[in-house]
Amino acid sequence: METKGINKYFHEPQKFQVLKDINLKVYKGEFLSLVGKSGCGKSTLMYLLSTMDTDYEGSLEINGESLTGKKADYLASFRNQHIGFVFQFHFLLPEFTALQNVMIPALKLGKLPESKIRKRAMEKLEMLGITDQAEKMSSKLSGGQQQRVAIARALINDPALIMGDEPTGNLDSTNSDIVFDIFKKLTRDFGQTIIAVTHDDDFAANSDRTIEMSDGKIVS
Amino acid sequence: MRVIFSIAKTHLLAKPKQSLVAMLGVTFGIGMFVAMVSLMSGLNNFTEELTMTSSPDIHIYKDITEPQVAIIEQLNPGEFNYVHHPKPKNESQKIRNAFQIAQLIRQDPDVLGAAPQLSSQVFYNFGPVQLNGNISGVDILEEDKLFDLSSKMKAGEISGLLTTTNGLIMGSGLAKTLSLTVGDVVIVTSPEGVTISLKVVGIFQMGLGEIDNTRSYANIATVQKILGKDQGYITDINVKLVDLHQAKDKAVQIQSIFGYKAEDWETANATFLAGAVIRNVMTYSVSITLLIVAGFGIYNILNMTIFSKMKDIAILKATGFAAKDVTGIFMTQSLVIGIVGSVLGLILGFVLSYLLSLAPFDGGDVIAMDALPVSFDPLYYVIGIVFGVATTAVAGYMPSRKAGHVDPIEIIRGI
Repeated sequence: METKGINKYFHEPQKFQVLKDINLKVYKGEFLSLVGKSGCGKSTLMYLLSTMDTDYEGSLEINGESLTGKKADYLASFRNQHIGFVFQFHFLLPEFTALQNVMIPALKLGKLPESKIRKRAMEKLEMLGITDQAEKMSSKLSGGQQQRVAIARALINDPALIMGDEPTGNLDSTNSDIVFDIFKKLTRDFGQTIIAVTHDDDFAANSDRTIEMSDGKIVS
Repeated sequence: MRVIFSIAKTHLLAKPKQSLVAMLGVTFGIGMFVAMVSLMSGLNNFTEELTMTSSPDIHIYKDITEPQVAIIEQLNPGEFNYVHHPKPKNESQKIRNAFQIAQLIRQDPDVLGAAPQLSSQVFYNFGPVQLNGNISGVDILEEDKLFDLSSKMKAGEISGLLTTTNGLIMGSGLAKTLSLTVGDVVIVTSPEGVTISLKVVGIFQMGLGEIDNTRSYANIATVQKILGKDQGYITDINVKLVDLHQAKDKAVQIQSIFGYKAEDWETANATFLAGAVIRNVMTYSVSITLLIVAGFGIYNILNMTIFSKMKDIAILKATGFAAKDVTGIFMTQSLVIGIVGSVLGLILGFVLSYLLSLAPFDGGDVIAMDALPVSFDPLYYVIGIVFGVATTAVAGYMPSRKAGHVDPIEIIRGI
């Protein structure tokens, strides 16, 4: 991934530049942490990199493809295939089981038959150690379990890029460690690229590269 | 797409009570619509049919109240003529050559039959009772052809008029009030004071109090005797057409050929028809209002559902669902509510209509009815389901579109 000259402004309550001239490169297979004080713009930058936020100046490229200026529906489809999200608040769909939650992005992509998708979803849940929770309603799982289901969901379409917004923010230290180990395994063994915004210094210290931001600018 | 359907299905089933409430709104609206329309149309058709069978398609008579052109217009055509306070002449109501006119009219292939008639206001006397009514002198066989009199007979036979010269076929209401049965003799007095004894040979019931309480049929000769007129004296010709919708045009035709006033049934029954139109307008207005209210209910529920699902929508969009997918999910829910609700509504409507048709309703003297007439035309059911689905589709569209355009960033940032 590469960005060139990204600038972003918030307009309410008054014009405020939240991102200033961001130029960064992310390499395939990297485990990258984005750190900085609260309000420095790191989450904003991440949503921008994720293609969900299209209101910016500058350019964004992923895998050689320019994504600046593309339509919302195209980007949605791009995300479906190439990007997996893990949010701070897991955001599972409460009326569906853990397994169904994991399956939904793959059903949307529609490349495989349902039975195959089900199998793959079970595999992902196994990778995260929660196959026994597969048929449980997602609202009935504990925080740590829900976060792991969310990671499995992010992985279901084998995306090139996984992005996490404070993925361990809501978890205790045991669960944080579990999540971190999983991320490490994904980059090491499966060659996936991970960008995570985090407040957790230990987390950042153990990742491959750390980018620190302050007042909308990259400082290191 | 199947994913969209399965998500919509899960949403609907996760909140079964809410979905049911939305559905019930549509069900109630459509059920009432079907029941009301069926009842209204049943009533309208019933009364219309009764009125139609017992009145002529075209009524020909001499209208002495029609404004006559003053003779001075013929002397000074085109000039300004002023005639002060013209008084009507004592004109005869006779239709000249009535039998020949009737014969000519009968030759028209569009005409089912033409019956000459002579009627008069009379008093019926039986012992101390004296009733005001009218007597219609008719050719009973021709009259039967036009108005199917024989099927309306409650007692006696129409052939009685043929065998008894001074026979009388009396309306059922009249007969009841005068306490008369077949074989009794009644004294009839004309407005000029002529008295005559007539023998009751039959009793008929048309079903309309207007007629049954005032009218009797006799031979033309009998009424001519009562009025003291000659054999050629006829005041009315009643015509029935093969297609009653031609009545208006035919009436104009007949009036221009023969010069006598020809009134078609539409004009004669204008008030009645206007009443039917108003009833229809009311029925449809109430039904549409019910459906609009149901539509508001659905709009409301969908809005609430979508609002409570903002997070879910954000996730769906983040994981790759496009705006139209999200719109599709909520539209599907709306349509399912609409279709299921409508079908239930049709069933409810049918049950209500059926129950109404069993309800006893005594029309009394005014109209012969002992149960509510209900019309079970499948057209109403088709309109019902179309209305129902259309309303829910429209009600659901705006909230669904709004859901589709939700910006996931706003939601996620907002948490």
